[in-house]
Amino acid sequence: MKKLAVRIYMGLIFLFLYAPIIVLIVFSFNKTKSRGQWAGFTLDWYAQLFKDRLITEALYYTVTIAILATVISTIVGTIAAIGIHYMRGFGKNLLLNINNIPVLNPDIVTGVALMTLFISAGMRLGFMTMLIAHVLFCIPYVILAVLPKLRQLNRHIAEAAMDLGATPSYALRKIILPEIRPGIISGALMAFTMSIDDFVISFFTAGNEVSNLSIVVYSMARRGVKPTINALSTLMFLAVVILLLIINKKSGEGEELLL
Amino acid sequence: MAKEKYIIELRNLTKSFDGVKVVDSINLKIKENEFVTLLGPSGCGKTTTLRMIGGFEEPDEGEILFEGKLLNPVPPYKRNINTVFQRYALFPHMNVFENVAFGLRIKKLPKDEIEERVEKMLRMMDLEKFGKRHVDSLSGGQQQRVAIARALVNEPKVLLLDEPLGALDLKLRKEMQIELLDMQRSVGITFIYVTHDQEEALTMSDTVVVMNEGHIQQVGTPEDIYNEPTNRFVADFIGESNIIEATMLEDRKVMFDGRVFDCVDTGFGTNVPVDVVIRPEDLQIVTDPEKGMIRGTVTSVVFKGVHYEMLIENEYREYMVHSTLMFPEETQVGMNVQPFDIHVMKKEGYG
Ligand SMILES: Nc1ncnc2c1ncn2[C@@H]1O[C@H](COP(=O)(O)OP(=O)(O)O)[C@@H](O)[C@H]1O
Ligand SMILES: [Mg+2]
Repeated sequence: MKKLAVRIYMGLIFLFLYAPIIVLIVFSFNKTKSRGQWAGFTLDWYAQLFKDRLITEALYYTVTIAILATVISTIVGTIAAIGIHYMRGFGKNLLLNINNIPVLNPDIVTGVALMTLFISAGMRLGFMTMLIAHVLFCIPYVILAVLPKLRQLNRHIAEAAMDLGATPSYALRKIILPEIRPGIISGALMAFTMSIDDFVISFFTAGNEVSNLSIVVYSMARRGVKPTINALSTLMFLAVVILLLIINKKSGEGEELLL
Repeated sequence: MAKEKYIIELRNLTKSFDGVKVVDSINLKIKENEFVTLLGPSGCGKTTTLRMIGGFEEPDEGEILFEGKLLNPVPPYKRNINTVFQRYALFPHMNVFENVAFGLRIKKLPKDEIEERVEKMLRMMDLEKFGKRHVDSLSGGQQQRVAIARALVNEPKVLLLDEPLGALDLKLRKEMQIELLDMQRSVGITFIYVTHDQEEALTMSDTVVVMNEGHIQQVGTPEDIYNEPTNRFVADFIGESNIIEATMLEDRKVMFDGRVFDCVDTGFGTNVPVDVVIRPEDLQIVTDPEKGMIRGTVTSVVFKGVHYEMLIENEYREYMVHSTLMFPEETQVGMNVQPFDIHVMKKEGYG
């Protein structure tokens, strides 16, 4: 009896959480444009998506920026994590806390702050500023993913490598990096997810000429919800879900949960 | 005077952590092919000393010489010294073969030579079946042998070993002690060995260096250290002893327990407070209390396998005595001690 109550309760919560997305997905296959009514199954909206210049261009920017931001933030973040790991005392704690601020900071504050910075630095808002913004907000996630792996590392294995004749950079490449690779990979996946997922910060830093998918969805929705938006949102939702599944599987292998 | 060849020399070596001198002005000379053991309680600075020789800690003061040349500015990867780390520090993402081959690969030796030397090393270490295995899947004793093989395969001039047998159970530890000793003799490498186990130090070493609180207390052969400890700390640390506060009346005469004993020590002065060491096995029990220099009552008897360990109490103190004969509790007995078994030490702090 108690068990049943728990099940029903859980079911209701999940229904509540996922109802909007389920409705969205269902209506992306709806034949009619009207929202309240089911008029039969169609894939037209998906087909239309890929004919829309605005959307294919936004897709291109989204993916390009996500890839570039992932690569850059993973490299920078990993090096930063190694640096922080080998620091001692006050500076280390300070850096760790500073690193957490962008993660906890409301996106809108980060977005407005970056926009102000770019403008006051005389930069034209566009692809470059959006890329820089994405790199910046991805780095802390990479650091947070790599640091636990470094902590698990036996402090002496880098010394053992040098003891056997490895220069510090050789020890880093051949011993440290392979050991923390799972952390780097989940950091990269996190960065990629964050980047394709982002709306607020992109909105403030992309300017007028460049849009990513979430900006396009937003501006289309302001002009009235078309079913193509449902289709586009469904695809974005699926992409993020797949990425999250991969991340969780990866970090499950590393015996720690990131999300 | 023939000039001896020292491979490692430590001069006034000093290292502090957080304002505490962990290693304090250590001076030590180590000969080629010597088996030297740093022995002392946990936290006395053994590992730190070893790490300075390996190049992983920078000394605050003092010099390290390698074959007469200053070693301080040489980075660890250029020192002709290899280390067996306290917790092995094997490379977890490599198999046993690759772990052992690591140093040779860095030296860019030809592939077949690497293979040959690694295989030979694995055979020597009884690991030939484990080459393809991951190091995580090995037992403690096997990992330990991989760590030694990984260091030895480079044929260093000096091998540093930091409590390499610490994690092994007693039986395996005894076996490995013998294996290590054989290996050191056969390859002809200088071993600098760290342990806090006095028995291990005495069994294996040519020279034992007893340390406490960052200072060297005594350097000597195992026999010297055991028979002629220079102070109370060494006597106490190197095995069970009776340490007695006494007065040196004059050369060869020392007084304790209300009587004068003959001894062989000289040069302490007259009427000087000293410490006297008598090893438990150097006290002979006689059944007739009147025939003993010291009289007392047996208060406890424990059988230790080869001998009985008895505590014998008189009005001054309790003596620990090892004997193959058993005297039951409550028995009145006498004890005798030979003059050369009374070892007189200067009284001082441990420092
Ligand atoms: N990196 C370090 N930072 C601070 N204190 C240290 C460090 N390494 C060792 N110590 C301290 O130095 C003392 C001696 O340590 P160690 O040389 O490891 O002793 P042993 O090997 O004889 O047990 C200990 O009190 C230890 O806490
Ligand atoms: Mg130690």
